[in-house]
Amino acid sequence: MDLTASLGLVAPEIVLSLSGLVLLLLAAWGGDKGARVISVAACVALGGAFALVAPSVCAGASGPDTVAFGGQFRADAFAGLAKLMIFAASGAALVVAPRFFERLDSMRAEFPILVLFAALGMSIMVSATDLVTLYIGLELNSLSAYVLAALLRNDERSAEAGLKYFVLGGLASGILLFGMSLTYGFTGTTNFGGIAVAVADGMSIGQMFGLTFVLAGLAFKISAAPFHMWTPDVYEGAPTPVTMFFASAPKVAAIALLARVSLEAFGSQAGAWQQIVIFAALLSIVIGALGAIGQQNVKRLLAYSSINNVGFILIGLAAGTAAGASAMMVYLAIYVVMTVGSFVAVLLMRDADGNAVEGISDLAGLSTSRPVLAWCLMALMFSLAGIPPLFGFWGKFVVFQAAVEADLVALAAIGIAASVIGAFYYIKIVKVMFFDEPADTVKGAADTPHWALLALCALLISPLGYLLTGWLGSLADMAAASLALAF
Amino acid sequence: MGDFPILTAMLVVPLLGAIACLFLDAKSARMVALLATLIDLALGIVLWVNFDIGGAQWQFTERSNLFAGFEYALGIDGIALMLIMLSVFLMPICIGASWEAITKRVGEYMCAFLIMETLMIGVFAAQDIFLFYIFFEAGLIPMYLIIGVWGGQNRIYAAYKFFLYTLLGSVLMLVAMLWMVNEAGTTSIPALMEYDFAPEAQTWLWLAFFASFAVKMPMWPVHTWLPDAHVQAPTAGSVILAGVLLKLGGYGFIRFSLPMFPDASAEFGWLVWGLSMVAVVVTSLIALVQHDMKKLIAYSSVAHMAIVTVGLFAFNVQGLEGAMMVMLGHGLVSGALFLCVGIIYDRLHTREIDRYGGLSINMPAYATLFMLFTMASVGLPGTSNFVGEFLSLAGIYQANSWVAFVCTTGIILGAAYMLYLYRRICFGEQKNADAAAMPDLSVREWLLLGPIAAAVLWMGVYPESFLAPMRSDIQILDARLAAAAPEGDAHLEIGEGAPVEGDMAEEERHEGEAH
Repeated sequence: MDLTASLGLVAPEIVLSLSGLVLLLLAAWGGDKGARVISVAACVALGGAFALVAPSVCAGASGPDTVAFGGQFRADAFAGLAKLMIFAASGAALVVAPRFFERLDSMRAEFPILVLFAALGMSIMVSATDLVTLYIGLELNSLSAYVLAALLRNDERSAEAGLKYFVLGGLASGILLFGMSLTYGFTGTTNFGGIAVAVADGMSIGQMFGLTFVLAGLAFKISAAPFHMWTPDVYEGAPTPVTMFFASAPKVAAIALLARVSLEAFGSQAGAWQQIVIFAALLSIVIGALGAIGQQNVKRLLAYSSINNVGFILIGLAAGTAAGASAMMVYLAIYVVMTVGSFVAVLLMRDADGNAVEGISDLAGLSTSRPVLAWCLMALMFSLAGIPPLFGFWGKFVVFQAAVEADLVALAAIGIAASVIGAFYYIKIVKVMFFDEPADTVKGAADTPHWALLALCALLISPLGYLLTGWLGSLADMAAASLALAF
Repeated sequence: MGDFPILTAMLVVPLLGAIACLFLDAKSARMVALLATLIDLALGIVLWVNFDIGGAQWQFTERSNLFAGFEYALGIDGIALMLIMLSVFLMPICIGASWEAITKRVGEYMCAFLIMETLMIGVFAAQDIFLFYIFFEAGLIPMYLIIGVWGGQNRIYAAYKFFLYTLLGSVLMLVAMLWMVNEAGTTSIPALMEYDFAPEAQTWLWLAFFASFAVKMPMWPVHTWLPDAHVQAPTAGSVILAGVLLKLGGYGFIRFSLPMFPDASAEFGWLVWGLSMVAVVVTSLIALVQHDMKKLIAYSSVAHMAIVTVGLFAFNVQGLEGAMMVMLGHGLVSGALFLCVGIIYDRLHTREIDRYGGLSINMPAYATLFMLFTMASVGLPGTSNFVGEFLSLAGIYQANSWVAFVCTTGIILGAAYMLYLYRRICFGEQKNADAAAMPDLSVREWLLLGPIAAAVLWMGVYPESFLAPMRSDIQILDARLAAAAPEGDAHLEIGEGAPVEGDMAEEERHEGEAH
């Protein structure tokens, strides 16, 4: 495979990195006054990358034609689908951010650029077929994310979130690197294909340790229990648009990466990682559900909700089949929409002075004071709880179907029974909004981009979303097929 | 009729009405809701008229590949037809019952009710197992809002309890459904009804479905959500809960548990019988000591539903027909009783039985209709419930005479608590001045209770209209169950009735005299 072909395959990444660098120069020259223009330009760059990726997803690209740089990188349909979600979620974060930061008088030109670099890192992560590429992508994303979390310099909580994220993220990277070095030491290669060959006849103790540490490091990134502790604090402390970004795009990237490591590199030794994934899945579902019950802050609650949802996504991975991977991608797509929608709703919660309010009690009686917002948020909550006919049910449905088809009936039964605990706190928000006496806290003026995004998300998770099941399912199936056919 | 998709139309009409209601003021929302439910009632009548009795098992079928993983498949048999008729019949009455009682957030209230109607019709008409699940489960959302927003004092507790209880019941059913579809390779309910699952698998599947339907039914001891939900819900909410939502459990048994898992059904027959026997006696006794009218009727619902379950698990035609008739009859009668409670609650704003008394003096028309529904609830011949209860008990008598014996005490206890309730409310002294000053039924209230009274009498006097559409479906089900049905202890034999010569002659003579 020659260099031009390889460069062609990484065109979306090239677009992102070049535009990131150019915008960085412009920002350095123009200062924060041009932040809005740079945001728009970054959105355009993401849109361009999106358009470059889309054809490979629709065509179900797979096979040797998608491999670039001698097996370091693969631009197959699986990576493509994940990239589409990542770019869309990043774009959403760019759309909602300016209003939020301008109100605090701290809109900085660095924000869109950092998001752009984080998106680039994630894009590399999902395409990585080598441990080294994986690490480069992961760190590019993480370093951007640490800065993003601490973007509100004058806000103590934001600084704390950044620091906490940095320290714990550094630890997780260390664990991941340790696992990678063990894997390299005991298999003699960093390439996923090479690892697959090396472990084909069973795993040695050293390889097992390597795998375990790699999974632990990645579990931190997707905030799966028991590596979830940082999530509520970081989600609460980070500026809301950044939290929205953290809860959506990096989750997609890290889960797709986890799937690729598990299914491609260690695909022949499913038994070795399946039990770890099942354990993490069930623990995440239960901890996510129980932890959310006592929360008073909407963002913390959504943090636990994301832990809970990651548990369900991992059930799809635990199935260890192409159907499971496909189900996982469908769930992720729906999850991104629900997450973006929920955080946009949080962004719309403002008091009369335009300051953000985040307490659950501030939502009291929202259905009488702001009916449209309340109905959208109700739809999102029932959707997150997985109650039909809202579209969130479909995500749970496909992962449980995959688990049952893979003979993991007990896992499915426990997982779905635990989802009832989760339903409790979702319907609590509905209760606060619809049953309680109005608190009249939330009355801030509306912003068009926010409303448009919320309307779009609400429409997608409404029962109309089921009309997309065929299209989404076939995209995810093609993506999973491109993964399973890996050599 | 042609190819007009009448079932889809019945789903869409209330849905459009629901969306419209959200944007309208109170007055027009009421009109739109009434109009939408009346159109659905009209469509329902068209459906019944065009239903070909003795024709194909599944009629009005519609199929479309709108979704991946499951089909948009609708179609009804006689059983579903009757339950759809019950739903569309009660809905306009519910809207009418809320006409004056609901004054806050009317648009949203009507929206929730109309969505409820769409979902109920969808449950009965769905021919795809996952489509059924979506409709079945989706009903939780509007009902949660109806109880929580427009309910009584303790509404929040009741709403939570209703939601979580029924959700926990049904999620395991979803796993069982996924397993079945994976095993049988089809999502079509008619196909699954004929698929033979391995007996060991049936046990687990039956239990998973039982967890859901027993809660919906509700069966003792998982009935505790019902009194709370009933008491706290607004009148129309109680009507729809008792009238239609409780029938979802019975419908589930007759559509899923019995035909899909006949062996497991026979194996667990003792469990259902046992729980039903306890339910009949215990909940009847609990009903006897209630001070709250709605609670009393709620507990009586649990007892009546136990008669349904014994009928279903009698494994013979009488039992199945009886169970269906009790479901239809109870849907009408308990709905009417909740309306009766609602009517006096609207006047005095208390459900405390002791606050009333002697209403037959100042509200004679009300007392007469209330009497009719009380008698129907007791199971007096000539009313709807008699037909169903008699058939159910006759069915279970063939299967197990002891179960029949215990369950029959339910009729006696039922008479005790209902007549006692009636005596305390309508007869006796007028000890409370405010209760004595209440005006009799208004025209609106006549229009609510009148049609139900007519239907109750129709069903009691000429049940054939209701049994005929279901007959062939119940025979098919009975044939499906025949291999698994446990041997009864009654050893009934169909004997040849020996003609008695003298009587015949006497009868002829009578006729002659008459001419």
